[in-house]
Amino acid sequence: MRDLFRLTAHEARDLLSKREASARELTQAVLDRIEAVDGKVRAYLTVSAEEALHQAGAADERIARGEAGPLTGVPIAIKDNMCTRGLRTTCGSKMLESFVPPYDAHVIERLREAGAVIVGKTNMDEFAMGSSVEHSAFFPTHNPWAPDRVPGGSSGGSAAAVAADETVLALGSDTGGSVRQPASLCGVVGMKPTYGRVSRYGLVAFGSSLDQIGPLTKDVRDCALLMNAICGHDARDATSAPVETPDFTGALSGDVRGLRIGVANEYLPDDVDPAVRAVAEAAIARLESLGATIVRGISLPSTKYALACYYIIAPSEASANLARYDGVRYGYSYQDGASMWENLEKTREHGFGDEVKRRIMLGTYALSAGYYDAYYLKALKVRTLIRQEFDAAFERCDVLFGLVSPTPAFPIGAKVDDPFAMYLNDVFTLPINIAGVPGVSVPAGFVEGLPVGIQLIGRPFDEMALLRAAHAFEQATDWHTQRPEL
Amino acid sequence: MSLSREEVLHIAHLARIGLDDEEVAKFQVQLSDILAHFELLNELDTDAVEPTAYPLPLESVMREDEVRPSLPVEDVLANAPLAEDGAFRVRAVLEE
Repeated sequence: MRDLFRLTAHEARDLLSKREASARELTQAVLDRIEAVDGKVRAYLTVSAEEALHQAGAADERIARGEAGPLTGVPIAIKDNMCTRGLRTTCGSKMLESFVPPYDAHVIERLREAGAVIVGKTNMDEFAMGSSVEHSAFFPTHNPWAPDRVPGGSSGGSAAAVAADETVLALGSDTGGSVRQPASLCGVVGMKPTYGRVSRYGLVAFGSSLDQIGPLTKDVRDCALLMNAICGHDARDATSAPVETPDFTGALSGDVRGLRIGVANEYLPDDVDPAVRAVAEAAIARLESLGATIVRGISLPSTKYALACYYIIAPSEASANLARYDGVRYGYSYQDGASMWENLEKTREHGFGDEVKRRIMLGTYALSAGYYDAYYLKALKVRTLIRQEFDAAFERCDVLFGLVSPTPAFPIGAKVDDPFAMYLNDVFTLPINIAGVPGVSVPAGFVEGLPVGIQLIGRPFDEMALLRAAHAFEQATDWHTQRPEL
Repeated sequence: MSLSREEVLHIAHLARIGLDDEEVAKFQVQLSDILAHFELLNELDTDAVEPTAYPLPLESVMREDEVRPSLPVEDVLANAPLAEDGAFRVRAVLEE
């Protein structure tokens, strides 16, 4: 038998239901794996070993009673910006270094109901602002495929944990690519669902019109299983969509005949790294050979404005959301100032890192008197144009195809001092958040030993089409079965 | 688009973020650089375009105003830097 920690969730489920392994054995195997390799990867900020084994014991009892669901007893890692009752939730920031939430996020409630085993909280860029985890206030995470390189971000801890088999499943959050980009750079599957598909209740807020929680998994079937568990309406999030959740595993037919896959020029530009482009072209050829109809020549010309649009909207929303960190109700608090105002300014000076300060200041500026119309309102109008172009593109195809990231994983330290160079990592992912449509990154090959993913983008609430195409592609390839040497 | 030192200090004040001199100088350069990239949006004529604040076409979401349990006060105050008599303790806001 393979090492237990290497299993996918659906493989683990089969073993558990046949009683060939217990949930406690599986959880212990994952904890041992973390012990063995996390010194190199540093995916976790907090490992909750004792509580995880306790949850695994409860899962074993549930399995014995014949009441197990698809995720019962399956270990999962949670990005450290989702509130876990009684388990420290730092958001990668000094500001929340000792914050212990008094409640569970909606997705955590769902996972507990499903009987999943929460093994720990994963590293991330502070307040999810970044593309490399180098903006974590604690330490960087290393790409399991190349320890001198970044895992991507901001959900880089979750992606690295999945790639290194330090968990079976993981959750991340995606505001401008923060699930899909690290999934691509670590060679795992990562989905950003449609805006509104998953409740944001208990997710530390960054850009409230953009944020969405999504799965990071070893294969597409696991992605569908985790989507089944976390999606659905929640009245506590007023932007949670009142739509039915389909059984996402119903999309896993392996059949893409008749599916129209559009290749958008802006998402696979001519001037991109030829080796990365070759991976994408091979994936297109594979999908075509499986019977998909490839529609070339689709254009979304406003894509070139998406980066500026995003870096006005997301920081504006962040500047409002992060106003709550005042050192009064929770979090870091500077107490030695001469006045309440000095304490407030020093709390935010010492509690936030540089990237968070930059974005709060950008957003504050864009919303300030005299600049609101020129920046914020302008960006909201450009957002309309970007969204309209997606609507038009989806009249010609069912799924759009593109790259996730312009390059494979870059060296730690290469971009950390140049904020704008870092922002360019998200050029193919952030338009999807602006439009609110779903996207998924699927492993599609390697360039010089580093994973490269392809992105599939869908109509609002049509994750089924993405999973169908992703699954068929995965079944015809073996990229998702490759694992780094650790 | 280039920000002056005074503008950086003004923004920091609005955001209630204290900055030392070195940070002011660094952010002055970095924020100016980023703002310069935003000029690109001026190529687009958006006079006749409606803004999109949220991607979902949701109207204001209403619910009944019902009495429901809230979190226990002691659980919430457990994270408070300073608490007293079941309340958050803050410094005086208005001074002499």
